[in-house]
Amino acid sequence: MTAATAVGLAVAWPLIAVVWITVFSKRPNLRETGILLTGGSLFAIVAGVILPEVQAGGRPRMDLLEVLPGLELAFEVEPLGMLFGLVASGLWIVTTFYSIGYMRGHHEENQTRFYICFALAISGALGVAFAANVFTLFVFYEFITLTTYPLVTHAGTEKARKAGRMYLGILMGTSIAFLLLALVWTWLATGTTDFRPGGILAGKVEGTQLMILLALYAFGTGKAALMPFHRWLPAAMVAPTPVSALLHAVAVVKAGVFTVLKVVVYVFGIDLLAFTDASRWLTWVAAFTIIAASCVALGKDNLKARLAYSTISQLSYIVLGAAFATTAGVMGGGMHIVMHAFGKITLFFCAGAIMVGAHKTEVSEMDGLGRRMPLTFGAFLLGSLSVIGLPPMGGSWSKWFLMLGAAEAEQWVMMLVLMASSLLSIGYLMPVVVRGFFRPAPVEDGHGDHGSSGFHEAPLLCVLPPVATALGGIVLFFCAGDIWQLLTGMVP
Amino acid sequence: MIDALWNLIGDDLPALQIAMPLLTATVCVIVRRPMLAWAVAMFNAWGAVVNASILLYRVWTRGTISYVEGGWPVPWGIELRIDLLNALVLLVVTSICAVVLVAVPRSIANEIPREKHYLFYATYLLCMTGLAGMTITGDAFNIFVFLEISSLSSYALISQGRTSRALTSAIQYLIMGTLGGTFILLGIGMLYMMTGTLNLVDMADQLALLGVNRTVLVAMACLGVGIGIKLAVFPLHTWLPNAYTYAPAVVTAFLAATATKVAYYVLVRFAFSVFRINLTLDGTHGGALLMTLGIAGMFAGSLVAIFQDNIKRMLAYSSVAQIGYMVVGLSLANEHGLTGGLVHVFNHAVTKCGLFLVLACVVLRMNSTRLSAFAGLGRRMPFTFAAFVLGGLSLIGVPLTVGFVSKWYLVLGALDAGLWPVAVLILLSSVLALIYIWRVVEVGYFTAPPEDADEVAEAPLSMLVSTWILIGGTLVFGVWTSLSAGVASAAARMLIGGVS
Repeated sequence: MTAATAVGLAVAWPLIAVVWITVFSKRPNLRETGILLTGGSLFAIVAGVILPEVQAGGRPRMDLLEVLPGLELAFEVEPLGMLFGLVASGLWIVTTFYSIGYMRGHHEENQTRFYICFALAISGALGVAFAANVFTLFVFYEFITLTTYPLVTHAGTEKARKAGRMYLGILMGTSIAFLLLALVWTWLATGTTDFRPGGILAGKVEGTQLMILLALYAFGTGKAALMPFHRWLPAAMVAPTPVSALLHAVAVVKAGVFTVLKVVVYVFGIDLLAFTDASRWLTWVAAFTIIAASCVALGKDNLKARLAYSTISQLSYIVLGAAFATTAGVMGGGMHIVMHAFGKITLFFCAGAIMVGAHKTEVSEMDGLGRRMPLTFGAFLLGSLSVIGLPPMGGSWSKWFLMLGAAEAEQWVMMLVLMASSLLSIGYLMPVVVRGFFRPAPVEDGHGDHGSSGFHEAPLLCVLPPVATALGGIVLFFCAGDIWQLLTGMVP
Repeated sequence: MIDALWNLIGDDLPALQIAMPLLTATVCVIVRRPMLAWAVAMFNAWGAVVNASILLYRVWTRGTISYVEGGWPVPWGIELRIDLLNALVLLVVTSICAVVLVAVPRSIANEIPREKHYLFYATYLLCMTGLAGMTITGDAFNIFVFLEISSLSSYALISQGRTSRALTSAIQYLIMGTLGGTFILLGIGMLYMMTGTLNLVDMADQLALLGVNRTVLVAMACLGVGIGIKLAVFPLHTWLPNAYTYAPAVVTAFLAATATKVAYYVLVRFAFSVFRINLTLDGTHGGALLMTLGIAGMFAGSLVAIFQDNIKRMLAYSSVAQIGYMVVGLSLANEHGLTGGLVHVFNHAVTKCGLFLVLACVVLRMNSTRLSAFAGLGRRMPFTFAAFVLGGLSLIGVPLTVGFVSKWYLVLGALDAGLWPVAVLILLSSVLALIYIWRVVEVGYFTAPPEDADEVAEAPLSMLVSTWILIGGTLVFGVWTSLSAGVASAAARMLIGGVS
């Protein structure tokens, strides 16, 4: 199998799982084994066939068809997309294990639909990752929105429907109104929408128009959750926790920031942006989002809501990195896609494990829970450290490079913003750990006293995945060099 | 044998396009038995599709076809003239006729007394005759004649609806439609007065020599208003919501995809082929006026659609909005914009016809098209409802559906003309489509049907087939655009070339 065919195959691969799930919908064990096998083989294809080719400097490409003149569906893998593809396909396996534990432990209904939409969303994420041009990216971007909608509204309650309305309204509304306009404009100005090293807009769009176009891309990508288009993300937390974990901490939101980063690097070109200063305003929007979302997170008692606002804040790190338009900035942004993915998925897994194991959702209820669920809270601690950006977690590297990017761009205020944000994230993440381990458990009233004595973890399948991803965060601390090496191919 | 047949009728294909449905309409009246009449109509309709495909292919490969009726030379005799523009429209009209006809027997069994079925087929074929005639004739007066044939038969079709409101709607349409027809006739009469010819090509040549004078301007205005009524341009659309809502389900599907499309074709034909005047340069601000009305229609139609409880009426208002898109495309008067308008004729016909057929399935099983009838439909009629979702996505303009192709060209056209606010407005109104479609989708999937609801079967196969041919079409032609966008852009190039 050549790498080029592998690219197309990888995007279509999750569809095998869809067929499998449909056929064996009545036999849960068989159904879920099939998903795991598909996930495993998908990761093997991405990491085993495509990755070596890209590392060697190749750009495996697959053309599907030309929809309109100059507008074709095509895939081409470059380092940034490679990285995103690896993260999405790799974490899908872990999340599937977790889903099995969570969905069964939580007695959720409509599991077949859940797994089908999940697999489709992964297919969409890979499509975004490997897209060769803005058009293909746009197609899969919309595909993700549509396939994740049933996941957000999974519960079918009035609250879920409202959340779904906001989800679809913001994500699709912004993409149709702004992103599509940006796409047409790009095509009209350059006659292509291809991602090319160094960008395609140089000499074609100038001055204020460049800024407007950038704004259309940045705000049109609602999935990047830049304020004021961020409300869909907290709303989406009504979904089952595995969805929040993989999709709303990794696949969907990262598809958003990935789009911004990719467009900045391969459509605008960082030289053009650095030279014209057209992206300086974006640093301020991102900085505002970082600080404001962190402050909101401080005030949220519901753990998933707190994590959601933390995600909004962390996503803007990546937008910030892109807006610096410096080598270190965009590479730091790219790296943060991976690092934050591992950190945040751990935190969400833990939140779900607490929900399944102890039926607690509010931070204020978690006093003393750490002694009953040491593994979960241990993983939560490591995940927090990664999100805050402390060694020995991978998150420290991406933050380091983003700082470097700010320095390269000589944006000293932004360095302060990054530091302040780290402090704020200590403020909203650490209380969970502190309450869990150091506060005494509340005295249970009446029936049964299983609170203070012994462990009471969630089912194994809910606990091991967060432990695994937390340890993965440590591994990433030592592997950061390899990621850096891969990403150097991004900027000529 | 095929060769022999070919030699016999090969050159007369354009005439057959009109003569066949006219003839088979009478056959339907003679045979009387419903299924037999249906078979006759089917034979004719699918034959017409083949015929239209051959004509399109010939025009594409060999250029414009001119067929002289009765051997009287042009410009004295009546000419059938087929170029890329009307060959495409003809294909749309005949294909929609044929596909809808598949669903007709099961659908009208519920709505029209059995003894009237043969008359329904006869009227249906007459309407098709009129629409095909308007599309391919090269004669201005013939346009009027065929317009009246199609209009009269469509009033009759609409009045067959189940409720008495169908009758009042038909009358309302009749009054408006007759007004429109009269304006068109007035316009044609004045042009005849000025040029002494009714042949469209000849008329265009004469007008070019004549230049613009007051009579020509008045003729232009009359034609604009008259066609505007038939096309249901906002604010001349008032007949449309009632007519679409109360007509029998299949009739709505048929008319929504053909009647307004042909009217749009006539508008394009007069604007670009006959007057050959750049719409914005003639001192009448016709282009600006059309653009304003088109944009107003886009928003008024979509906004009203959001608040409809009857989904059939909602889609009718959505049609008003979609007609707005086409009119905006025309008013941009550049290649991309006009391509957008023309390709939207194709795309919207496929999409809206599919959606109205979905409603035909719903009304057959639920006896209602109110929003409440859609509760839990996602589980109760999964195939029907999935078709609604896909068709809805196409209306919104999601990529890889036909709606996206239209929007792409329209936005491109607006940006080409330097009118970026228009581009923004086009996209914003797509977001409105998202709202009115998703309202229904949500009810279909998340609202439980009432406790005492009966078991509901999926729609009958014939109707599902017909619906899914069109819904499948929204996906196929969303990816493979050589036929729709390819022909439309070539036609637009030809028309714009004729102007400059």
